[in-house]
Amino acid sequence: MKRLISGLSVLVALSMILVSCAPTEVEVIKTVEVEVPGETIIQTVEVPVEVPVEAPIVAYERSETFYIAGSAWGPLNDWNPFITWSKANSTGTNGLVYESLFQFNPMTGELTPFLAESGEWSSPTTYDLTLRQDLTWSDGEALTAEDVVFTFELGNQYPALWFSPIWDYLLSVTADGDYDVQFTFTENPVYQEFSNNLYNIFIVPKHLWEDRTEEDITAGVNENPIGSGAYLYDTHSEDRNVWVRNENWWGIDVFGLPSPKRIVDIRFASNNVALGAVIKGDLDLSNNFLPGIATLSEKGYVDTYYAKAPYMLAANTAVLFLNTTKPPMDDPAFRRALAFAINVDDIVNVAYANLVAASNPAGLLPTLSKYNDEDVIDRLGFTYDPAQTASILEGAGYTMGADGFYQAPDGSAIELEVTCPFGWTDWMEAINVIATSAQEAGINIKAVTPDYGAWNTALTDGTFDMTLNNWAGMSNTPWTLYNLLFRSPIQEIMGSGNFGRYDNQVMFDLVDDLARVPVDDEEGMKAAVSAIQELMLTDLPMIPLWYNGLWAQFSSAVWTNWPTEDSAAAALPCTWNGYWQMGGLQMLIDLELVPTE
Amino acid sequence: MRRYFSRKLLIYILTFFLAVTIDWLIPRFMPGDPVQNMLSRAMLRADAAEVMYGYYTKAFGLDVPIGQQYLNFWNALFHGDLGTSVYMFPTPVTKVLLRAVPYDIFLLIPSILLSWYAGNKFGAYAARSKWLDNTVSPLGYVLTATPYMWLGILLAWFFGIVLGKFPIAGAYSFNLVPHLSWMFIWDVLKHWFLPFASLFLVGFGGQAIGMRNMIIYELEADYSHYLEALGAPRSLVRKYAFRNAVLPQITGLALSLGVIVAGALVTEVVFSYPGIGYLLLAAIQNQDYFLIQGCFLFIIIGVLFANFVIDIVYLLIDPRTRTGMMGETA
Repeated sequence: MKRLISGLSVLVALSMILVSCAPTEVEVIKTVEVEVPGETIIQTVEVPVEVPVEAPIVAYERSETFYIAGSAWGPLNDWNPFITWSKANSTGTNGLVYESLFQFNPMTGELTPFLAESGEWSSPTTYDLTLRQDLTWSDGEALTAEDVVFTFELGNQYPALWFSPIWDYLLSVTADGDYDVQFTFTENPVYQEFSNNLYNIFIVPKHLWEDRTEEDITAGVNENPIGSGAYLYDTHSEDRNVWVRNENWWGIDVFGLPSPKRIVDIRFASNNVALGAVIKGDLDLSNNFLPGIATLSEKGYVDTYYAKAPYMLAANTAVLFLNTTKPPMDDPAFRRALAFAINVDDIVNVAYANLVAASNPAGLLPTLSKYNDEDVIDRLGFTYDPAQTASILEGAGYTMGADGFYQAPDGSAIELEVTCPFGWTDWMEAINVIATSAQEAGINIKAVTPDYGAWNTALTDGTFDMTLNNWAGMSNTPWTLYNLLFRSPIQEIMGSGNFGRYDNQVMFDLVDDLARVPVDDEEGMKAAVSAIQELMLTDLPMIPLWYNGLWAQFSSAVWTNWPTEDSAAAALPCTWNGYWQMGGLQMLIDLELVPTE
Repeated sequence: MRRYFSRKLLIYILTFFLAVTIDWLIPRFMPGDPVQNMLSRAMLRADAAEVMYGYYTKAFGLDVPIGQQYLNFWNALFHGDLGTSVYMFPTPVTKVLLRAVPYDIFLLIPSILLSWYAGNKFGAYAARSKWLDNTVSPLGYVLTATPYMWLGILLAWFFGIVLGKFPIAGAYSFNLVPHLSWMFIWDVLKHWFLPFASLFLVGFGGQAIGMRNMIIYELEADYSHYLEALGAPRSLVRKYAFRNAVLPQITGLALSLGVIVAGALVTEVVFSYPGIGYLLLAAIQNQDYFLIQGCFLFIIIGVLFANFVIDIVYLLIDPRTRTGMMGETA
């Protein structure tokens, strides 16, 4: 009993300490401008004012807080806008804290000026950019042309920054006054990449970054980030990141005030927990992949972008890469036969329960479909048709073996593996469908699921037979996809594209042609894309299968006016890294509080 | 006595050296390349990828010959440097551990200790009551045999969703800022309770069954019969049986305390509770050499330390060890 009492007295003492931390009033000196009557000058006088110190916020108001999940994969590591591969864990650093010159609206395909007020090509090798006036960093300094020049120059200085290759064709970036920036290029710059970078390079403040070392810039943690964005870093812990609205954001007058005062980005260790939280209305937006959403959306438990299938927007194309260095995938006839043997409808209906849509054979997302050459696709495209598989294979000299599988023309057996990382449940289902339907069509393919690391190494080293990949997401240009599919030159390690090592200089030249078409030349882009699609669908070095969704299920319990197919707004219900400047921020501005009765 | 300890110490040092070497070696035998994995998430142009690959291979010290890497590793280790996590780049491994492991300690120490204590008490008690043995022991079997994942989900569903008494995710409410107040402490405890209870239940079942079987075995041993034949009271026989039965249980306890740094992966997944288990899994999947090494280093230290403590405790609680040692030194 005595121990209990002494324990109690400690608790009592503790609570007394807690109570004594109550807010107090402090006197501070504030600078105010006073107009002196009868004179034209304005005098600045220092006036003492009493400012009540607010009690530290310990609990967020539900009506001021936006709860999201599905973007962070792990605890937050850094706030460095240049470490792009860790940004999945610190979603918000790029887009909410640091900002880009432009934003991109995937639904209309328009680049809209953001930090920039305008930008145009004044000649084929000069791009003139004008910044908005009154841009500020969150420490109060002005954001000027110098900061833009400084940020781009970093790429010139440090090859370890991801955007340094633009300096292959960029000659100089110069500031003219506080608001004008001029980019000068070599002949034939890579217009498509540059336009993409306009909304993917995040501008950093020169006055805070110019004295940093190379290591700090390329790999530093950048604690207490000072950006220009609509939100500020607030706090984080192992399973959440919290961002708080920047009440002095320059964009409030231009774009409007983002509705939530705070954003709490939660990392759930399992997607099911996230689903439970959305249904209860505790979580506002989940960007996790959840297989049963079709049913839940129909019954009204959650809301989705489309009210009907496929429910989700298409975010990227799942492509089956074929290793063209290995037989029989080195034979275009075999690749074509395989394309007819894959039952994509089963992937869509069974593996995904209608949450995705089948891809166009040429692979471009629906948002870029205006660039498709429908004639070429009609003539050379493919659909699920095992009879076609049989006739193509037999026409190319393949023979049916006693085991019910086709043999290569030289009589050797064909045994192949299709892979995806273990634990990616939707893809695991999908490769099962691929293997089963190919086997039914007479091609012996087995589904294999190695660990992510082993899968990734097989992918980049080119030791796989065939595997899924979807690394080209929503973009302003078809070049993003075709640059992934046909990246050149072929190297020992293909870290970011053309994993099947399709080696065709004609194709590489076509993609390079597309890259160098000015972005405002829509006809030129169409012509270049048409040539690429013609060769791609003739040779079929990889097979686009379906569109992975922009997984988004949301609750209208607290926040409403979500982006959906009916809303005309340029907003996307997405919090993933790279999407804040593609409609994510606009969603925050558009959101409205559900009125409480 | 001194010889006993110096010999033990030598064995521990040797084991530590070997275990840490294996710990260093095994991740490097895994298929895959951590820097390549890391950079492939960045989507770079081929030429940029090559430059960055070189840069980061060097930054992680993976560009030198493997023998040199091994020496550098020991050198860094003695300077207290566990390297930088690849998966959680650029966070140092020590920081990753310091942030995540407290959650595991907070969860695992109470559940291990309490389930050990309660399970052993209960098991010993059940062994001498036929009624209890027939009703509660089967329950213990069911508890230990239940797949933990399933039990966890069941608890979360019943207490979290059906009754709505407990939260189902996080270490504290997502609308709270950590601070010192009753509300916050209460909130933390509420979030802690279900993960704790699930671990406790499973541990309790196992300990109780183990103790019950052990006691029955000891009661059947010759010394028990001999004592009984001498006319010793039953309580005395039980006391002796308990002392013998608890020895292997103590070893088990020390070992489970030694591996706390590995976390409780399934608990973390079911209750979405933070901790090192989930990060360790991600580290393994991403060939994060440094984080894997760091975690296992502490597991090695934990297990060795636990063993060392057992060695000492055995001296105190097991007269046979004491006599053996005295005989040796005499």
